[in-house]
Amino acid sequence: MISIAVAHGLILAAILFVLGLIGLLVRRNIVFILMSIEIMFNAAGVAFVLGGSRWMQADGQVMFIFILAVAAAELSIGLALILQIYQRTKTLDTNALSKMRG
Amino acid sequence: MLDWLWIVPVVPLVSFLMLVLFGSRLSKRGVASIGVGSIGISAFITIFIAYTFITSSTTGYQFSQVLWMWISVAGFTPQIAFYLDPLSLIFMLVITIVGFLIHLYAAEYMADEDGYSRFFAYMNLFIGAMLILVMGDNLLLLYLGWEGVGLCSYLLIGFWYKDPQNGYAARKAFVVTRVGDTAMAVGLFILYSALGTMHIQTILSQAVAQWAVGSTLAIIIAALLLGGAVGKSAQLPLQTWLPDAMAGPTPVSALIHAATMVTAGVYLIARMNVLFTLAPVVQLMVAIVGAVTLLLAGFSALVQTDIKRVLAYSTISQIGYMFMALGVGAWAAGIFHFMTHAFFKALLFMGAGTIIIALHHEQNMFKMGGLKKLLPVTYWTFLAGAASLVALPLVTAGFYSKDMILWYSWVSEKGAWWLWAAGLLGAFMTAVYTFRMVFITFYGDAKTAVHHSPGKRMEIPLIILAVLSLIGGFLDLPHNLGHITVFSDFIQQVLPAVRIHEVESSVETFFQVISSLVAIGGIFIAYLLYLKNPGYIQKLSQVPIIALLKKYWFSGWGFDWLYNHLFVFPFLWLARINKRDFIDSGYTGIAWINRKANEWLVQTQTGNVRWYAMGIAFGAVATLLLIVVLL
Repeated sequence: MISIAVAHGLILAAILFVLGLIGLLVRRNIVFILMSIEIMFNAAGVAFVLGGSRWMQADGQVMFIFILAVAAAELSIGLALILQIYQRTKTLDTNALSKMRG
Repeated sequence: MLDWLWIVPVVPLVSFLMLVLFGSRLSKRGVASIGVGSIGISAFITIFIAYTFITSSTTGYQFSQVLWMWISVAGFTPQIAFYLDPLSLIFMLVITIVGFLIHLYAAEYMADEDGYSRFFAYMNLFIGAMLILVMGDNLLLLYLGWEGVGLCSYLLIGFWYKDPQNGYAARKAFVVTRVGDTAMAVGLFILYSALGTMHIQTILSQAVAQWAVGSTLAIIIAALLLGGAVGKSAQLPLQTWLPDAMAGPTPVSALIHAATMVTAGVYLIARMNVLFTLAPVVQLMVAIVGAVTLLLAGFSALVQTDIKRVLAYSTISQIGYMFMALGVGAWAAGIFHFMTHAFFKALLFMGAGTIIIALHHEQNMFKMGGLKKLLPVTYWTFLAGAASLVALPLVTAGFYSKDMILWYSWVSEKGAWWLWAAGLLGAFMTAVYTFRMVFITFYGDAKTAVHHSPGKRMEIPLIILAVLSLIGGFLDLPHNLGHITVFSDFIQQVLPAVRIHEVESSVETFFQVISSLVAIGGIFIAYLLYLKNPGYIQKLSQVPIIALLKKYWFSGWGFDWLYNHLFVFPFLWLARINKRDFIDSGYTGIAWINRKANEWLVQTQTGNVRWYAMGIAFGAVATLLLIVVLL
């Protein structure tokens, strides 16, 4: 079994997370923002799996499956909301959707 | 029968509640029968109690009735309890009987006014509070009644509240008496901290046991109580509210500002007589305050044009006599004068009220005149009251009470010749201003037509009080004239007898002759100046110095001006420059900072989701940095 240094794995997770964050910040379309959030979830999942393999325990993988389930649930609600938003406003641009100003 | 004591103050209070709750639904007849009837019941029960109290020797001339515990906290246990002794009995009799007659009179006097039930509600509340004042067996209950009558006085002076001037007079009365009440409250606090009780009889017995004559504590407490008394009784230097209090309806002036409430100060001093005996300096102050006040008010009464203001200054002056009597230790004389004064001054006020209503609310004496023929009953009863006020010798009650005061003001061990001289000068002026009023009002040409002749309900109280003003003095006759001491003996069960220098009884006769001559001389001078040669007084007031003096006296010796410049204007000035209270600036500053911070943070609430996400990201990075750097 080829072992990968923990540091490399963590760097991968960090790159993934920052990519997701940048996507979240720069994209204006809500669908892409949601996809960026998924990338960030997966970055966190990679970190968990790495931790599990580092200490030889199943907990990291359990947590990743748990995150997958949560992400799926969150995504279904998010998509439903996006559909509603689109039906009401005919746009998915977040800059245009700033009605909920405090 | 004595067990019925608690009913006396409760009946007017119940009637007050009934009038407040249902008064607007009752007819005027119903309101009058409740309002007047309740005081009638009180008076009736009081007379029965007085009869039982005087005839039954087992009571030892004191009776106490505990109803319930009022407050019980850390050893401070004032009770709702009533105390009956000769002093409180005499006050109760005067309050209920004179009060009943005035209520009866008011039932007709106020018949055409709006707020008929409101008027009787206040009047009944007043009688209830006044009875609590004189019957309370502890100082806290007394203070409750004391403030209660002050409240009713305020409400009734401002009864015609639609005129702002009346509201001003009411506030003035309330605020000025508050000055005295504050002094009295402080006195009560010190008294409680020194003796640990509010029960009057305990205080009196402990004070004698614990304090020597002239001890500092006794002097401070007595002086503070005197402060309360001069406020309530309109004595120098807090006398300025009473002339303005005449803004109220005339029955109110008769009941509150002549017969009962303003004598509460006399009651307080007489009730706490032991404290004043322990503080001879303060007792001398009482006499001096009385003597000075009776002179100042006498001069002011001399030049007034409003008939009610003449009577108001006269009331201040007569209470000055009572204070002088208390000050020289002639307790019985002071209480005796209180009783006769309640009769004749209530009578004079109600007589004046009859004239005022007959002339359609005209109060200026110089627009009256010639009323002797038009209002005969009023004339004769008013004359009886006036004769009693000037102490016309032998036939009037006022003679016996005022003569007793003048006599003791010199021969008492605490008296002095100058107190007597002040009293004598006051008696002379009383005669002049009283008969000036009588001559201007009832003689000469009629200047205003009579609109309304008094009915039975107004005339009967006048006649009863006129009879009392004439014969009320026979309860107590001096040594050389019959020597009856029913009143003195009765009151001396509770108040100490006056200690006098040894003198021949012929001296007393001499004094009586002098004061009689002074009274008659005063009437004669009033006759000369105001009836025989009215032109002379015109010429006299052309003289600049006299015109100036007249203006000065007319404004009550300029006390209002002085107090306005000394207290009112500086206070208003302070209030104006400190409109935005500088102490508040700390609190408003905090509010301002919060509002500014809010305005600033609101800028960040753009509604842009990505902006928020960036905030979160930067926050997370900053937090991580902090953790990395600090740990």
